[in-house]
Amino acid sequence: MTDSAIDPATCSQPRFSGSQLLIKLLERQGITHVSGVPGGANLPIYDALTDSSIKHVLARHEQGAGFIAQGMARVSGKAQVCLASSGPGVSNLITAVADARLDSVPLISITGQVSQDMIGTDAFQEIDTFGLMLPITKHNWMLRSAEELLEVIPLAFEIALSGRPGPVSIDIPKDVQNQLIEVECLPEPGRRQANPVFDRQQVESMLERIWSARRPLLMIGGGIVYAGAAESLVQFAECLDLPAVQTFMGLGILPDGHPLSLGMLGMHGAPYTNLVLEECDLVIGLGVRFDDRATGKVAEFCPQAEIIHVDIDHSEIDKIMRPAISIRADVGEVLQAAIGILEPVSRPIWRRRVEQLKANHPLMLDGEDELFRPYGAIKAVASILDDSVSITTDVGQHQMWVAQAYPFRRAGQWVSSGGLGTMGFGLPAAIGMALAQPERKVVCFSGDGSFLMNIQELATSAEHDLDIKIVILNNRHLGLVRQQQSLFYARNLSAVEFQQNVDYALTARAMGMKGIDLGVSDNPLAELESALMEHGPCVIDLPISETEMVFPMVAPGGANREMIHGESA
Amino acid sequence: MSTISLLKLTVNNHPGVLAHVCGLFARRAYNLEGVMVRPIAGGASKRSRMWLLVNEEERLQQLIRQTEKLIDVISVEQHDLEGSIFEQTEGFFV
Ligand SMILES: Cc1ncc(C[n+]2csc(CCOP(=O)(O)OP(=O)(O)O)c2C)c(N)n1
Repeated sequence: MTDSAIDPATCSQPRFSGSQLLIKLLERQGITHVSGVPGGANLPIYDALTDSSIKHVLARHEQGAGFIAQGMARVSGKAQVCLASSGPGVSNLITAVADARLDSVPLISITGQVSQDMIGTDAFQEIDTFGLMLPITKHNWMLRSAEELLEVIPLAFEIALSGRPGPVSIDIPKDVQNQLIEVECLPEPGRRQANPVFDRQQVESMLERIWSARRPLLMIGGGIVYAGAAESLVQFAECLDLPAVQTFMGLGILPDGHPLSLGMLGMHGAPYTNLVLEECDLVIGLGVRFDDRATGKVAEFCPQAEIIHVDIDHSEIDKIMRPAISIRADVGEVLQAAIGILEPVSRPIWRRRVEQLKANHPLMLDGEDELFRPYGAIKAVASILDDSVSITTDVGQHQMWVAQAYPFRRAGQWVSSGGLGTMGFGLPAAIGMALAQPERKVVCFSGDGSFLMNIQELATSAEHDLDIKIVILNNRHLGLVRQQQSLFYARNLSAVEFQQNVDYALTARAMGMKGIDLGVSDNPLAELESALMEHGPCVIDLPISETEMVFPMVAPGGANREMIHGESA
Repeated sequence: MSTISLLKLTVNNHPGVLAHVCGLFARRAYNLEGVMVRPIAGGASKRSRMWLLVNEEERLQQLIRQTEKLIDVISVEQHDLEGSIFEQTEGFFV
C-alpha cells in the first residue's frame, strides 16, 4: 500500500477512495467546517479534504479541535466534526469528547488508525481508540471496509442528533481510507429521528398535579435549550404562574429580570433560590438530570415536594429522584401539548411568599460597581454589550461568578462546560461559536489557570480574525481550588499559586492579536469599552484579588439549605 | 433473598458488542456475575443472544434502561433464573 493521492477522475465508474467517500458524505450532511490536526494515520483524509468545499480549521492541539467543533455544535444545534490522527492525536482529543458526552453535545470524532494489517502489533502511534472512546461516546465504531462508510456516516449523525444528543466516534484504519470502491448511489444524509411518542394523558395528569399544587416550582435545564423550547417554556410558566429555578445549563431560558425567574439553583445559587426549594410542594423538572451540583445532598433536596420529571432520556428518569409522574419525551413537544390545553392560574399567595424570600435573602453581588472586583468586571462587560453577544467561560470561580451575575437574556447565549468542568474549554469553544455565528461577538471569561490550558489556540483565533474577546479575571491563582482549601482545608493552601506570572497582553500580541492589560491602564473602563466594541480577537487581562470568593457556597455533599455566606479570605 | 437477576438480550452480531455491554457495566459499576453469548442459530447470524447474570436490586430498572440505550442492543428482557443456562452449566464453573 502506498501513501500517494488517488484521483477518481481517472476512473470510469464513480470510484472513490474511502477518504473521498467520507468527505463526500460529510458534505452531504451539510458540514461546512471541520476542525482538526493531521498526522500519519489520517493523511488520506486530509488529502481528500483539499478537493472539498468544507473549510478546515487547523487547531494547535487536538483538544482545541474538539472544543472548536463543540463550540460550533453548541450554538448551532447541528452535529459537528473534528479530526485527529491515531495515537497521541486521539488521546489529546479524548477530553473534548468526554466533555461532549456529559453536556449532551452532538460531536462527531473521526480519527485515523494504523492499517488493519498492523493493528495489534503495537505499531507506531497505534492506540486502542475503540476502547478509549467506548465509555465516553453514545456509540463508536472501528471501520473494517470503505463500504461501511455508507452506513456508518449517516448513522453517526443520526445517533449524535437523536434523542438526547451526544458524541460518537469513528475510527478509520488507513487502508480503509485508501481502499477504492465503486459507489452506485450515495445514502441519504442521517437526520435526527422522530422523538419518542408519549401519552397525552400523561400531560393531563401532569397539569392536574400542577393545578392542585399550592407551591409549585419549575426546575428548567439544558434539555429545553437543546429542544429549542425556551419560548414555549416562558408561555407555559406565565400561564400557570410558575416560578422557575434554572440549572447551570439552563441559564438564559427565562430572560434575566423576568418576574418568574429565580436564577440558578444549587452549589452557587442565590440564597432565596435555594430557600424556595425548601418550601415548594411540587418540583416540575423539565430537561434536567438532577445533577449533584444542582440538588446538593439528594436526600434533602426539596424536602416537601413531589417530583414531576420530563426528559427525553429514559435512563435519566428514576436515576436520582423517584418522580410521582414522569414523561419520557421531548420537552418541547410536552410543552406544546400542554399549552394546547392550559387553563390560566394565578397563585398570589405563593408568588408573594417567593417575592418575600427574594427580598429577604437576595444574591449579594459584592463589589458590583468596582471594575477590579469579579462581579464589577462582569457587570461592566455586560453593560457595554447587548444581548446579541454570546458568552462562554472556562472553569473555576470566574465561571461561577459569570453564571451568577451575567444578565443572560436568551437561550443559547450561554455556553460552558457543565458536566465535565474542563479547564481550557473556553477559548477553543469561543472559536467554534464565532465560526458558527460570525454575526455574533463572543466573550470568553477565563481564569489565568484555565486560559493557560489551551492558550495555543490564540494563534487559531488570530488566523481567522474572529470577533472573540477573552476577559481573564486574573487572580494569579487556581482560584476555585484555593477557595476550597480556604473553606474546607483550614487554609492550608497547597499548589494553588502561580509563582511565575505571565504577561497575557504580550502573549496575545506574540500570537498575532491585540492584548491589553487593564491593570496598567490610565482609563481602564474606556479601554475595556473600546476593546470590546471593536471587531477582532483581543485578550483583556483584568487583575483581581486572589482572596475573592464565590458565595454563597454549598459544601460538596451538603444540603442546599446549608449555604456558606462568607467574607473573602 | 437473592438479588440475582437474569437478563436476556438480543444484540447485533458485531465486533465490539460485548465490549459495549461490558463497558457499560464497568463504567456504571453494575455487578455482573456471568455472561453467555452466542450467535442466534439461523438467520445468517446477524443477531446474537446474550445472557447476563446481574447482581443489582435497587438499580435494576436503571441498569435495564441504560442497557437498552446501547445502539447494538435490540431488546432486553428479564428472565426466570430457573432452568437457565447458568444453572445448567454450573458444573463447568467449579
Ligand atoms: C482540566 C482540569 N484540571 C483541573 C481541574 C480542577 N480545577 C477546577 S477549578 C480549578 C482552578 C481554576 O483556576 P482558574 O482557571 O485560574 O480560575 P479561577 O478559579 O481562578 O477563577 C482547578 C484546578 C479542572 N476543573 N479541569
